Amino acid sequence: MSRIDDIFSALRADRRKALMPFLCGGHPAPDLLPGLLAALQRGGASIVEIGFPFSDPIADGPIIAAAMNQVLSRGGTPTELFDEIARARPSTSVGLVAMLSVSIIWRVGLPEVLERAARAGIDGFIVPDLPVEESGPILGPMRDAGFSTSLLIAPATPPQRAERIARASSGFVYLLARAGITGESGPAPDIAGRVRMIRGMTDLPIACGFGISTAEHVRAVVRHADAAIVGSALVRRLADTAEASGDPLSVAETFTTGLAAGLAVSG
Amino acid sequence: MTHPTTLSTVPTPAGRFGAYGGSYVPETLVNALEQLRAQYAGLKGDTGFWTELDGLLRTFVGRATPLYLAERLTEHAGGARIWLKREDLAHTGAHKINNTLGQALLTVRMGKKRVIAETGAGQHGVATATAAAHFGLACDVYMGAEDVRRQRLNVVRMRLLGARVVEVHSGSKTLKDATNEAMRDWMGSVDRDGGTHYIIGSVVGPHPFPMIVRDFQSVIGRECREQCLAQIGRLPDAVVACVGGGSNAAGVFHPFVEDAGVRLVGVEAGGRSSGAGEHAAPLSHGSPGILHGFLSYVLQDAHGQTADVHSCSAGLDYPGVGPEHAYWKDAGRAEYTSASDAEALEAFGLLARTEGILPALESSHAIAHAVRLAATMRADRHIVVNLSGRGDKDVDEVVRLTQHGPK
Repeated sequence: MSRIDDIFSALRADRRKALMPFLCGGHPAPDLLPGLLAALQRGGASIVEIGFPFSDPIADGPIIAAAMNQVLSRGGTPTELFDEIARARPSTSVGLVAMLSVSIIWRVGLPEVLERAARAGIDGFIVPDLPVEESGPILGPMRDAGFSTSLLIAPATPPQRAERIARASSGFVYLLARAGITGESGPAPDIAGRVRMIRGMTDLPIACGFGISTAEHVRAVVRHADAAIVGSALVRRLADTAEASGDPLSVAETFTTGLAAGLAVSG
Repeated sequence: MTHPTTLSTVPTPAGRFGAYGGSYVPETLVNALEQLRAQYAGLKGDTGFWTELDGLLRTFVGRATPLYLAERLTEHAGGARIWLKREDLAHTGAHKINNTLGQALLTVRMGKKRVIAETGAGQHGVATATAAAHFGLACDVYMGAEDVRRQRLNVVRMRLLGARVVEVHSGSKTLKDATNEAMRDWMGSVDRDGGTHYIIGSVVGPHPFPMIVRDFQSVIGRECREQCLAQIGRLPDAVVACVGGGSNAAGVFHPFVEDAGVRLVGVEAGGRSSGAGEHAAPLSHGSPGILHGFLSYVLQDAHGQTADVHSCSAGLDYPGVGPEHAYWKDAGRAEYTSASDAEALEAFGLLARTEGILPALESSHAIAHAVRLAATMRADRHIVVNLSGRGDKDVDEVVRLTQHGPK
C-alpha cells in the first residue's frame, strides 16, 4: 500500500473528498518547495502533484509550459528537483505524485528515477505521454517498487479502452474532463456519466481535472469524483505573485483554502 | 550481406521499426491517432484513392520529375556519374507537396474540413496551404515566431494561398515548438470544426505518421528506380539524400531497400562542428530517446531535455529523425554521414555554376557528400542524388553567409 492508498482510504472512511493541487517543480523560484507544500497542506490539499519541467510538454497548456520553460532556462534539472523534494518531504505529510515525461525517464533511466524518487519520498507517478499500450515496461517496475501509477482517461477514450486504463492504474485514476490541453476555462463540464462508467470498472478513487479554478468547480467535481485536480490556476497565481514580488506561500495557502471550501458536503 | 524481407515491411501494427517508432502521446491524442490508423488502413487497398492521387501528382504537381545526368558536376567530381532526381521541379519547388497532397486527399476521404500543419522554414507550410487551397480545406499553419521573422516570403505565400499562419511564442519559438502547438491544437480539434486532420511534414511523430509520410513520399524512389533501369540500364550503385526529419530520404530510399547492391547514404546537417548545439545530426552524434511521440535517435541533454540544434538550412534544423532511419542505421542497411554548413554552401555554388541549378540548402548537403563520394568511385559507377528542393528561397541566406552579394 502506498501513502496514496492510505490517504484515500482515510478520506473515504470519513466520507470526505480530496483537493489535489499541481505545482511545477522549481517554480516560481528554487527552494520554495518546503514552504509551498506546507502552505498547500494548511490550505486543505491532501495530495500534491509535482510536474518535472520538460522542454516539450505537449500535454500541458501555455501557463504550465511557460513555468517549465522558465525553470529550464535557469538550468533546473530533474536531479536537482528530486533533491529539493527530499528536503521538502519532512515538512509535510501530503501525498506526493511526480508528473514526469517518458522522455526524461528514458534518458535518465528507470532504475535511477525509481531510486531517486524513493529517496525523495515520492509516493506515485503520472507519466502523461505514456499511453497504456506502451506502459507495461515502465509502470510495472514503478508499482513493484511501491509507487502508485495513475493513467489518464480522456473525454474521447472509449469504454473498452477506459477499462484497460483503469486496470493498469493504481492509487487513483485521472479523469480528464475536457478535450484538449490543460488550462483554466469556463463552467464545469458534466462528469457524472464518465464517473459512473469508471465506477463500473474499478474501485480506485477517481481524480478529475479540466482547468479547475474556483470553489464552484471543485464542488461540481467532488459531487461525483473523489478528488479535484487544480493545475494552471495555481501555477498562474504563483507566477503572477513572483513577478509582483509578492509572497507565493501566502498566495498558495489563501487560494487553496478558497478552493477547499468546495469540498464541504452540500445538499 | 543479406537483408531479411522485413526491412521493407515495417512498421509493425504498433508502429515499430525494429525497436524504434511507437506512439508516446498523451491519452488526449490517442483517439485521433486511432481514427487515422483505421481510416488510412482502409484506404491502403482502395485503388480509387491511389488512382486519384496519381492523377493529381501528374497534372497538378508535374510528376514524374526527371532523372538528370549532371555531366559537368560529374566532371568536376572526377569519378562516378552523378544523377539528380529533380524534386526541385515539383510544384511549389520541393518534394513536400507529394506528402501534403496525399494527406489532403486523405482528409477529404475522411470527410474532414480543416487541416493544420507545423512548419520551420515554411516549405511544408506552403505545400500544405497549396494542397488545402486545391481541395478547399481550411488551413492553419503553426510557425515559431522566430521563423516567421526569418522566413517572411513563405509567410506571405501561405497567406496568399488562404492559410492562417499562427505564430508560436512558446519555448525556443522554432520548429519543435510549432510541432508541440500543432499537436495541442489537434488534441482539441480532431472532431471539431467539421473535423481536423494534422498534416505532419516529415517521417516523424507518433504512429502512423512516419509510415503515412513515407508511403506518400515513396513515389520519388519508385519513379527513380524505373528511370535508372530505363536511362542507366541498371540500378544505381548509391542513392544519396539529405536527412533532417528524413522524409525525402525515406521516400527515395524505401523502394531500394531490398536491392542489397544499392548503397543508401543519408547526409545530416553537420552545422559548424560536432559540439553540442552546433549541428542537427542525431544519427551521427545523438543517441536513442523519445521526442514528439516516437523513439529514435535524438539530440537531448543528459536529463532528457531537447537540445539546441543548428544548421544553415532551416529545413534540417530538427533535433530528431524519423524512426525508420534509426532502424536502417542499426540494421546496417543505410549509412549516415554529415556535411557542414561550409560544405553545403560550397556545394550550393558549385551546382549553380556547373549545372545551372540553384539547389535548396537542404539538398546542398546531399550534393556536397555526393561529390566527395563520387571521387572515390570508378567512372562506370552511378550515384543518384535526390535534389529535394530548389534554392530560390535560400538566396538571401546564402548571400548573407558567403558575403558574396550581387556585384
